[in-house]
Amino acid sequence: MNRQGSRSTPVLVAAATCAALALALVGCSSSGSSSGSGTSATTGLNLTVEDYFSQPAAAAYDSIYTACAKQLGDTVTISHIAGAALIPKVLQQVSSRTMPDVLMLDNPDVDQIAATGVLSPLSNYGITGDGYIPGIIAAGSYQGKLYGLAPAVNSLGLFYNVGMFKAAGLTPPATWAELQADAKALTKPGRYGFAFSGVNTYEGTWQFMPWMWTNGGNEKNIDTPQTAQALQLLTSMVQDGSASKSVVLWTQADVESQFAAGKAAMMENGPWNIALLQGVSGLHWASVPLPTPEAGQKPVAPLGGETYTVPQTGDPAKMAAAGKIVACLNSDANQVAISKAVAYVPAKISVAEQFAKTNPLLAPYVTVVQTARSRTGELGNDWDTAATAIYTAEQLALTGKDSPAAALKRAQGQ
Amino acid sequence: MKTRDRPSPLTGGQATAPGTPRRTRGRSLRQDRAATWLLLLPALIYIALFFGYPIVKNAMMGSQDYTTATFYTGSAPWVGWANYSSFLSSSLAGTTFLNTAVFTVGSIAGQFTIGLAIALFFRRRFPLSGLLRSLLLLPWLLPLIAGAAVWRWILDQDSGVLNSTLLHLHLVHAAVPWLSSPGMALYSVIIVNVWIGIPFNVTLLYSGMQGIPEEHYEAAALDGAVGWKAFRHITWPALRPIVTVVLVLGVIYTLKVVDIILGLTGGGPANATQTLATTAYQDSFVQFAFGQGAAVNNILLVVSLLFAGLYLRVNRRASDE
Repeated sequence: MNRQGSRSTPVLVAAATCAALALALVGCSSSGSSSGSGTSATTGLNLTVEDYFSQPAAAAYDSIYTACAKQLGDTVTISHIAGAALIPKVLQQVSSRTMPDVLMLDNPDVDQIAATGVLSPLSNYGITGDGYIPGIIAAGSYQGKLYGLAPAVNSLGLFYNVGMFKAAGLTPPATWAELQADAKALTKPGRYGFAFSGVNTYEGTWQFMPWMWTNGGNEKNIDTPQTAQALQLLTSMVQDGSASKSVVLWTQADVESQFAAGKAAMMENGPWNIALLQGVSGLHWASVPLPTPEAGQKPVAPLGGETYTVPQTGDPAKMAAAGKIVACLNSDANQVAISKAVAYVPAKISVAEQFAKTNPLLAPYVTVVQTARSRTGELGNDWDTAATAIYTAEQLALTGKDSPAAALKRAQGQ
Repeated sequence: MKTRDRPSPLTGGQATAPGTPRRTRGRSLRQDRAATWLLLLPALIYIALFFGYPIVKNAMMGSQDYTTATFYTGSAPWVGWANYSSFLSSSLAGTTFLNTAVFTVGSIAGQFTIGLAIALFFRRRFPLSGLLRSLLLLPWLLPLIAGAAVWRWILDQDSGVLNSTLLHLHLVHAAVPWLSSPGMALYSVIIVNVWIGIPFNVTLLYSGMQGIPEEHYEAAALDGAVGWKAFRHITWPALRPIVTVVLVLGVIYTLKVVDIILGLTGGGPANATQTLATTAYQDSFVQFAFGQGAAVNNILLVVSLLFAGLYLRVNRRASDE
């Protein structure tokens, strides 16, 4: 084709490109000199670490990752992928074979990702998980092999407003009947006796598990009287007005803000809220294990916590180093450090018991996690389907569309 | 750089064509045709890459057992219509279709009626009308998820500003469960979506009205046609082509709404606000059943395509007129 008319354009473009390149080169060289000295000091590997934490927890984790890498003579590049965006990001990395060297996974997600075949067994790196809370080992295992290990765990308990209890002359409830009675007694205009999250996500399912499990319900079949009784407990409190009808929309963060604002006398929530609650001036609160159907029973709460895994990146040297990082994160000292930073409980039983003595606020949770169950322990990869049915049933019952028993039956059939 | 290169063959060709002496007819025709294709090429590549591939991939995914494992192993067994039948036979399918229809019809009716009323109002010039009209665009400029968060707070049953206002004015006896009751939630979500859709309707209808010559109204006024009569016999007939476009585009935009519903209710309570779009999202990105999600999305796509076809037909007829 004829080039005469267009000749001037490439020349201009070329000139512009040269200028841009020149600028870029200048930019590169100036920034290169400053960062170059920092990286040249270490001779080890640079490992990538990926998690879903946000500030302020992220900063605490950053310093622990960095310290572990430094101990091994390596460096780390950390990326925090906020909350729910982590799994889609991981799947993208799985298909493009750009997995990080150390990957944090929330414990119920381990089975799903391990099922893809992208994770390497932690036994390859000499990590066994001996002495850990059984629930967290069940959560981190897939088909009998350990893929993810959590340094620290959490669960659910009952937070109560001490001032409101004192004013009403009550003590924290230990049974379901006491919970219902106290919630009713503490309800006043502008204030509910009890707050929990019944939202239509896995968060709602997680909050329902203690009631269902403690009463002998099972996720394999939710259409049972035991599960219906548990659902009846929550439904009754919503129906008689001792819990807000908005619980079907509330996340756990919403529940926390209701409690912190004095709009709820009790709440079901986890120890990660402790730092937030301590920052609320004038709020005097305490925390106990969740009430059980009968006095003296042990609550069976769900086990939370983030595990660390080593994906198959295809680089044996880096994978070995990543295994050492995972081991380091799970060291006794780091279990305590993480637990202190984010108000969790160390995952090793002996460490946790020691920890309870010096951290009274978290002591109830040290008791709770020892009998806590993992969500994926029984159903593994099929947990998502059961979890969806559970929150669907809960929403049907809480909104009064179905009786608890009918709701469970309907949701199970969906 | 590419965009700078692209127009140059065109200007070059045009500039030299008259100056080229005695070129054989066949050769120039062939060259022209080659040039045509060459010029079309960037657009074709773009369409194939960014429209063709995703649509074909999505259509195929709808018939595959596409799970998280597929990302690593690459294997997604062919399951035919199984994803479609498992969705259509689930008890949720009926609710989902009905919700989608009510949400779309309700949103469009509200947006269009209010939009038209506001557009007519702004036809009269009054002080600050320009400023007010630009303020109307606000819902459009706000990030949807931020808008949804604020509305969630406004519509809160216990401490929402809407309920406390209504209670103080004694317009209601008890707090209205705007989002927490399955019977109310869909209507509340429609109200918020109407709020978001009004700017689109006002802008298009208002600019359509600007195109109606003022003389028509003056002539009609002499014959005694003012107010409702003027609207009925002048504004509405002249606006008809735009009205159809606004409505059809509105339907397409409304069918695919996810963020507002997710932000307000997440499809709840008890699936009361679950639409085809939110179901597809839940299947794909919450349950990671990508095949199932793609199947639902394909159904949504077909429905949207029907309206897109309608839009093209209407548009062609309008430009023919």
